Amino acid sequence: MELAYGHPKSLKPIQTKYCPGCGHGVIHRIICEVIDELGLQEKSIITNPVGCSIWADLYFDIDSVQPAHGRTPAAATGVKRVRPDHLVICYQGDGDLAAIGTAEIVHAANRGEKFTTIFVNNAIYGMTGGQMAPTTLVGQKATTAPYGRDPEGAGMGYPIHVLEMLATLEGTRYLARGSVNNAANVRKTKQYIKKAFEAQMSGVGFTMVEILSQCPTNWSMDPQESVEWLEKNMIPFYQLGEVKNTLEASK
Amino acid sequence: MAEEKRLMKGNDAIGEAAIRAGCTAYFGYPITPQNELTAYMARHMIDHKRTFIQAESEVSAINMVFGAAAAGARAMTSSSSPGISLKQEGISYACGADVPCVVVNVARSGPGLGGISPGQGDYFQATRGGGHGDYFHLVLAPKSVQEAAELTFEAFDLADQWRMPVMILADGMIGQMMEGVTFPEPRDLEKLPARPWAAGGQYKTHRPINHVSSINLVPDELEAKVHERFLRYEQIKKKEIRFEEVNTDKADLILVAYGTSSRVCLGAQQMAKALGIELGIFRPISLWPFPYDRIAALAAKGKRFLTVEMSMGQMVQDVQLAVAGKAQVSFYGRCGGNIPTEEAVLAEARKLLGK
Ligand SMILES: Cc1ncc(C[n+]2csc(CCOP(=O)(O)OP(=O)(O)O)c2C)c(N)n1
Ligand code: SF4
Ligand SMILES: [Mg+2]
Repeated sequence: MELAYGHPKSLKPIQTKYCPGCGHGVIHRIICEVIDELGLQEKSIITNPVGCSIWADLYFDIDSVQPAHGRTPAAATGVKRVRPDHLVICYQGDGDLAAIGTAEIVHAANRGEKFTTIFVNNAIYGMTGGQMAPTTLVGQKATTAPYGRDPEGAGMGYPIHVLEMLATLEGTRYLARGSVNNAANVRKTKQYIKKAFEAQMSGVGFTMVEILSQCPTNWSMDPQESVEWLEKNMIPFYQLGEVKNTLEASK
Repeated sequence: MAEEKRLMKGNDAIGEAAIRAGCTAYFGYPITPQNELTAYMARHMIDHKRTFIQAESEVSAINMVFGAAAAGARAMTSSSSPGISLKQEGISYACGADVPCVVVNVARSGPGLGGISPGQGDYFQATRGGGHGDYFHLVLAPKSVQEAAELTFEAFDLADQWRMPVMILADGMIGQMMEGVTFPEPRDLEKLPARPWAAGGQYKTHRPINHVSSINLVPDELEAKVHERFLRYEQIKKKEIRFEEVNTDKADLILVAYGTSSRVCLGAQQMAKALGIELGIFRPISLWPFPYDRIAALAAKGKRFLTVEMSMGQMVQDVQLAVAGKAQVSFYGRCGGNIPTEEAVLAEARKLLGK
């Protein structure tokens, strides 16, 4: 009989600390499935962010490096430059990547660093308890935007389309946006990750997959409401698909 | 066979020593007065097919060092005072994750942007763990181009041995001046100390996975990690204290100074000798760990101390701690990028001696 479901080898068989309905766990799983499919478990290094997924090192059964908040792309640069034959995965949240670590991600991308960034966009600061993120939608409430994000009146600015911004940089070769709100999107996101990892291992420049992800806890919703909210509000604003793909050009 | 002496700037000599020590990854950001060092690394690291990156900031540079060192490389960054402030976050993480690396501070005068002339106002920051949390790291202060090269070469071994960042605290004078220097033979990259704890290469040995991390949310576990580190610090205090003494047996008054100001003191000491006045010199080379015991022993012999710094008085507090009220400790300093003159130091010493 064909095996319909198996636990990825690269993912430890333990329950995560993430809240029910959180997207991080699903994202960990599909990353690990791809690592296994590429046979890279012992040749992968993950640089973990500061955010809820700081715990990635408890769950990924691969080597890890834990730098400071937002500095992950700089540390991943150091790792990949001295271990060029490894798969280096730079895992980041939206606060980590699009606020405190903006300089690091822009310049790593611009240098065409040959690691893959997994950018988990849940439109909120999860770990610190629901503050406004650079990706928080207009009108979305946060503890630091109690009346909702007001871009001009309250001077909170507009949510940032990170991939579209990075797409202008020549060093970026593959930029795709997926989501984990339903099974079909999870499958598609996994394909993006696989393409990015394969591109990385073939030695091309910067690759990144942004993943829209639920944070039911800090969105004050139950898991079911959160996937619906993501679909209705985030997907129309952060359109899914390959934002940039110049991989063919290098063949 | 020993190599011929070369005439080199301190900044260039530090770079050459690092390359010979087996530094395979260097990350920097432009700042005066250390720019020659970054340029030297750019040219020679690329020639040696090693990693060189001009980072987007000092914050990024130290985090690149963190990543490269965590993945097993001998890694270094260099900067000057304002840039070293930015690196403190990364240094704290490196200390918290026990990541060996080398950080060079070719210090200038502050605070703020301050000036680009030499300064010694970064002593507190360097020796007290300039970032957040409970930690220390080795700090070595060269007085010459030759010593800058030697200490840099050794710093990589010390970093590996003690699993911590090692800081070379030079100043703009040491970085900019030219002197004769000879270098040790380059290290064989295949024979550098193993880093079995580092990330990467698991496929070769199939060992259990490695995490290079400073996080631990369990108070008892984190406390145990900090305690383990502080036991290591006690070992370092036993083994790594370095200093140099001149004429401390004959003189009653001892000038205490490191780096550039110690050279000025040496000039003052020789001028004094010509006048028939005995002065001693005590020059700490390791600023952390600081040679408290030796200074205490000199104090117990009835010596007095005049600390000379290019600051408003920072190391003088360590001298006071060492003598614990049992000897007179005076201070003379210049700041703003000024260097004390030999004449001024001599005048200060004569005032204290009443001669
Ligand atoms: C220098 C620094 N500033 C602030 C923090 C506190 N902090 C921890 S996680 C975090 C934000 C995490 O949000 P995000 O990156 O979106 O990750 P998520 O938890 O949502 O996955 C902040 C601000 C920190 N650890 N370090
Ligand atoms: S707070 Fe949000 S991001 Fe963090 S674990 Fe819970 S659901 Fe996930
Ligand atoms: Mg977030």
